[in-house]
Amino acid sequence: MLSLNNIEVIYEDVILVLKGMSLQVPDGQIVALLGANGAGKSTTLKAISGLLKPENGEVTDGSIEFQGEPIHTMPAEDVVRRGIFQVMEGRRVFEHLTVEENLIAGGYTRADRNNLKRDIEMVYTYFPRLKERMKQAAGYLSGGEQQMLAIGRALMAKPKLVMLDEPSLGLAPLLVQEIFDIIKRINEEQNTTILLVEQNALLALDIAHYAYIMENGRIVMDGEPDNLRENADVREFYLGLTEVGQRKSYRDVKHYKRRKRWLS
Amino acid sequence: MDQFLQLTLSGLTNGAVLALAALGFVLIYKASDVLNFAQGEFLLVGAYVMFALVGELGWHWSIGIVVTVLIAVALGVVLERAVLRPMIGEPIISLIMVTIGLSSLLRAIVSTIWGTDERAFPSFIPSEPIKVLGATVTTDKLWAIGIAAVFLVVFNLFFRRSSEGIAMRAVADDQQAALSMGISVKKIFAMAWSISAATAAIGGIIVANILGVSGNISGLGLQVFPVVILGGLDSIPGAVIGGIIIGLLQAYTGGYVGFGLNSIIPFVVLVLILMVKPYGLFGQEIIERV
Ligand SMILES: Nc1ncnc2c1ncn2[C@@H]1O[C@H](COP(=O)(O)OP(=O)(O)OP(=O)(O)O)[C@@H](O)[C@H]1O
Ligand SMILES: [Mg+2]
Repeated sequence: MLSLNNIEVIYEDVILVLKGMSLQVPDGQIVALLGANGAGKSTTLKAISGLLKPENGEVTDGSIEFQGEPIHTMPAEDVVRRGIFQVMEGRRVFEHLTVEENLIAGGYTRADRNNLKRDIEMVYTYFPRLKERMKQAAGYLSGGEQQMLAIGRALMAKPKLVMLDEPSLGLAPLLVQEIFDIIKRINEEQNTTILLVEQNALLALDIAHYAYIMENGRIVMDGEPDNLRENADVREFYLGLTEVGQRKSYRDVKHYKRRKRWLS
Repeated sequence: MDQFLQLTLSGLTNGAVLALAALGFVLIYKASDVLNFAQGEFLLVGAYVMFALVGELGWHWSIGIVVTVLIAVALGVVLERAVLRPMIGEPIISLIMVTIGLSSLLRAIVSTIWGTDERAFPSFIPSEPIKVLGATVTTDKLWAIGIAAVFLVVFNLFFRRSSEGIAMRAVADDQQAALSMGISVKKIFAMAWSISAATAAIGGIIVANILGVSGNISGLGLQVFPVVILGGLDSIPGAVIGGIIIGLLQAYTGGYVGFGLNSIIPFVVLVLILMVKPYGLFGQEIIERV
């Protein structure tokens, strides 16, 4: 169980990005964190995984607890060893390493190195396409295959909690569906807890058990996917549906109106 | 034919030493983006430590090598920790100045302890003339090539097979992503400096065995630059092949054209190759998918 209690994050000592952010991720669930560009979703994940430091960011208030233990002051490698693995936005595969070497790097913190081979095979059962390309440099994979590799790398660490930052970014709709199905399978079969950051709210709500919506550095709404889907504001701003259920362009949504509603 | 073979052999010997020194340079550059101008002084330190242990204290050469390598590893860790880590995030020019300062410092320490006179090295590698393919060569050169080859193979295996080696290459590719999977970037930097100091120390021991110990050994460090630029700054195979090419070129020009030219020819070749391959022979190209 992961819980963020009123955390505040500041970059470069002055840029306040998270302002009293709270959220809970119960064991075994898929929790979605939705929100527009710049809302602070990636910052939230980095605060949890300890990756803020290299970007000159810091948790200045509140606390982050994982299984009852405070982790917000830990260096990234200790957080990984405690079972939290972040799949960063933009895939970030090691381009000059082969697919297999990328997977081995993912399992770097494992104490049971003998089981690496077996788990590489386990990753290939989820992503058969990676097996065909196992000796190939990861830089030459397609975007979809790179995303699969990024998720496979996380599986290699045998984490309790995987945090996925926009796995659908830049992928064709069919492929996104495929990847989301696999995320769901991983959650069910490996009993891995998942915190899923997405802009593609429709799909994320499909597989999530619970969802949070964030705006401007804090949570503005949360609930079960069914309840959120029925909420008129969510329908309009995050799902792009109007009252009659038609798709609507984001362009039509006036920015000032949106800010006012969420912040009042 | 006889002369050609002898030149080839001395070229390969020099090349092997250059390869060991260049390997360390590339390693540090790949892992931490630092251009280490003190690489030549690592050779020097290796040679003098070995000289002290075997020549002055009378230790057996095998123990001497092991202890020299361990001291080099420790030196690498200390330098990274005390000198380079506080500089993380500083402009590249400051980092270069720091390694240049480091090279003067190491040279000063060595000449304070051992003076500047050239000394005879307690050669432990047998140097007997034998006939190879009809030419007479000395065995010390064959040994030197053999020792260097063994270390190069071991390092190659380390980078391809061991998870620490793979982690090092991962850090070279994407530091933050490596951090996100629990790879300690600090530990990797320290490892790069230690391995680098250790390979250079082995190179230094080999040179000293053939030429004797003197401050000139660090001059070999200057030849590391054409080697790594030729091979590609970030390529480990490039460092090895670049070292061998430069070593051979110097030997052939020295033998056939005359001394004096042999220090210029490598640079001429370098310029020619860079005109065709701007990243060096094996320099990593930025991967762009289309
Ligand atoms: N390293 C940084 N230094 C300074 N400001 C930053 C840094 N990283 C992010 N920010 C700022 O923090 C805010 C939130 O950024 P963040 O990347 O967390 O948003 P996001 O919700 O993930 O957006 P997106 O959907 O576009 O990925 C933005 O205004 C951004 O400019
Ligand atoms: Mg983001």
